Amino acid sequence: MAKKIYEKYEDKLPLKIIEEVKSEIPKKTKASIIKKILDDVYKEFKQSSLEPGESIGIISAESIGEPSTQMTLNTFHFAGVAEMNVTVGLPRIIEILDGRKTIKTPTMEIYLKKPYSEGKEIKKIAKSIKQTTIQDYVEEISVEITESKIKIKLDKEILKEGVVDEKKILSLLKKKAKGYNVKQDRKELLVIPKDEDKNIGEIYRMKEKIKEIYVTGVKDVTQVLPVKRKGEFMIITSGNNLKDVLKLDFVDKTRTRSNDIYEIRKILGIEAARQVIINEVFKVIENQGLNVDIRHIMLVADTMTASGKIRGITRYGIISEKSSVLARAAFETPMKHLINASLIGELDDLNSVIENVMLNQPVPAGTGMPTLVTKK
Amino acid sequence: MKEKFDAKKHVLVPEHIKLTKKQTKKILEEYKITKNELPRISVDDPALKDLKFEINDVVKIIRKSPTAGKSTYYRRVVK
Repeated sequence: MAKKIYEKYEDKLPLKIIEEVKSEIPKKTKASIIKKILDDVYKEFKQSSLEPGESIGIISAESIGEPSTQMTLNTFHFAGVAEMNVTVGLPRIIEILDGRKTIKTPTMEIYLKKPYSEGKEIKKIAKSIKQTTIQDYVEEISVEITESKIKIKLDKEILKEGVVDEKKILSLLKKKAKGYNVKQDRKELLVIPKDEDKNIGEIYRMKEKIKEIYVTGVKDVTQVLPVKRKGEFMIITSGNNLKDVLKLDFVDKTRTRSNDIYEIRKILGIEAARQVIINEVFKVIENQGLNVDIRHIMLVADTMTASGKIRGITRYGIISEKSSVLARAAFETPMKHLINASLIGELDDLNSVIENVMLNQPVPAGTGMPTLVTKK
Repeated sequence: MKEKFDAKKHVLVPEHIKLTKKQTKKILEEYKITKNELPRISVDDPALKDLKFEINDVVKIIRKSPTAGKSTYYRRVVK
């Protein structure tokens, strides 16, 4: 009986409020009383929700802007994780809200499947994710100027671990070093140019190139750090490549995430990107000991993702999508907008707030929104 | 056997449901808007993969919300 009453209110009230009411009411309450309570709650809910025409955007802007003036300007700071730098504070918020394509400190949180999440072979797994280049397997790499060849002395200790053997490195070298012959000596690998009087500068450049040849691991992951969080082992990386990490067998494909919103948009879609924007901004604000209602951040994230792509709050992002010339000119670079608009004869319908402020007319916000209709 | 990655199973991705024409009409009337005014989602969005969406369909998205418990959102599919 009581269940039916709750169901009736599911369309009217948010789920969380209904559940709160449910948990507060004693079990044997009469249905009529429950109905009365819910009616009162509904009335209160209606009263506290925003009126149409309320300028929520500017309220959000103020609510996020004011606390952020109190943030530390420290870019680098240990955010709970040892040995790993993460951008926090105002720089990170600016980075997210501007919708920057390349972020300063990309990281991934890699969750693992059982039994790996319980700590099985965690070190080995972490190592296998980290990107290695030839440099990591070499004891010494040098250029013999008199004989004009490159000598590579492999580190036998590291090779003993069995991840990569000499043969693989040899074949990699053969593939990547075009125009050079690769020979295996007793102790060393020799890279000799086919063209005998090759410029010594070019050989040096080749040496640097050889150092960077990719051998194993996930590309772009430069650092790995196994940690235990909430009784579960996971790996935090610096450098991100979500696409390749999700191909690995031991990775939990339902929870692993990155802090790059563009990468998330590409791999998980626009809704996930919105969620990551909210999470990342909220994390920064929380870490700084500030208090901003999450609804403000949700509004910003909704606006940034409304077009199906990520648009930063800059003149290249959401501002460029405004239909009114005057509104765009009011933000930044007014001359550019006005000149371009006059060149193509753009029309302004004066539908929004800022252009009506400029022209000294009532704005379509708050009480300026409704119009009077007279009966004949 | 190699498991294929499915974006729809990820915790960050909420449920995406295709609306029928009748449902779409009802929603547009309820909010008194036209289809063009809805937020957009691109057809090649990974969360719509294998769900057979076409351009101009309306997607209902059921999000988990920290403030409301559950919230619904609508997006129009665009190119």
